[in-house]
Amino acid sequence: MQVFPFLVVAWIVVVGLYGMVTSRDLIHQIICLIVVQSSTYVLLLGVGYVTGGVAPYLFDISPHPKAVDPVVQALALTDVVVEAAVTALLLSFAVQAYKRFGTLDPHDLAEFKG
Amino acid sequence: MTSRQRLWLFALGAAGLVACYLWAFAGLPGFGHYPGPYGPEIMRHVLAQTNATGVVSAVNFEYRGFDTLGEEFILFTAAAGMSVVLRRLRGEREEDSSPAADAANRQIPATSAAVRVVTLLMVGPTAVIGWWLATHAQTNPSGGFQGGVILATAFFLVYLSGEFIVFRRLRPDTVLDASEAIGAGGFAAVGVTAVAMSLPYLYNYLPLGTIPGAISSGGTIALISFLVGIEVAAAFVLIIGELLDQTLLRREARSEGSS
Repeated sequence: MQVFPFLVVAWIVVVGLYGMVTSRDLIHQIICLIVVQSSTYVLLLGVGYVTGGVAPYLFDISPHPKAVDPVVQALALTDVVVEAAVTALLLSFAVQAYKRFGTLDPHDLAEFKG
Repeated sequence: MTSRQRLWLFALGAAGLVACYLWAFAGLPGFGHYPGPYGPEIMRHVLAQTNATGVVSAVNFEYRGFDTLGEEFILFTAAAGMSVVLRRLRGEREEDSSPAADAANRQIPATSAAVRVVTLLMVGPTAVIGWWLATHAQTNPSGGFQGGVILATAFFLVYLSGEFIVFRRLRPDTVLDASEAIGAGGFAAVGVTAVAMSLPYLYNYLPLGTIPGAISSGGTIALISFLVGIEVAAAFVLIIGELLDQTLLRREARSEGSS
């Protein structure tokens, strides 16, 4: 199953997007965005995987092992941090929206435009 | 647009997206056959160059250190931005908007003794694990980001145990702001120090140690990771604390009203 990890990535993206489109609650919508972003972790780790590779840590093993790519793993870490930052800001906007309009439903929020 | 039409539009777009996605994936090297040259190259030279056995941390805090500096400032900016967004709210809080007032009148069950004991017991070990992770980036799968988040968790265990008065006392904003600034500024300062020594920015100028995987090995990797740990812990306590404040103030107002 060479393509299976990438199919999982596509599935997670679409499921998350579906949730965002049909969501009736801002908090739920933010969680759906997190789901969409989680697909990038799977993608990064899937891309960097090397068959039979060990984790890129050289403690107590031969100094030149066949290992999975450490660069994409470091990128996945960046990804997690950015996700945390984006989530934090979006949640504070959701709090603000609720305080101001008294609802978290995006459909109702749309009516407040202008 | 009705929600049914919207859903159809989404289905159309999603189908196109999936098609493009799969087309793009078809051009990727097969799973398990990553041809990227940098990873193997770093694996080959990391021990000789840094004496660090945690290669992901070596990439983050050494080879890609400048990038991580930006990453750290993303978190810094998010915490600052969140304080700004929610600060405006603080002035508005006194006005009694009706749904918020409903939320305040909601019954909140008291924390059970079991939850209290278990969470308070976990505070110490959690803080130690966070501290350990933040200071051992050069040796094993840890680092400032992971350690910082777990360190912040220790604070929220106090909140979870229902001790929210203690919790508020535990996070004086000045100390948090200062540690966030020390963490973020310290990282940049490590780089500037290298420049002052006529070396490239963020050059690893500390002694690399003699034993690979020892806590003293890796030079600036450990120092930067530790600073990142402080910054991340402070940022997360600020971010989540900022959100919890919304609940805490309501609860306090309620308990004052009832007594």
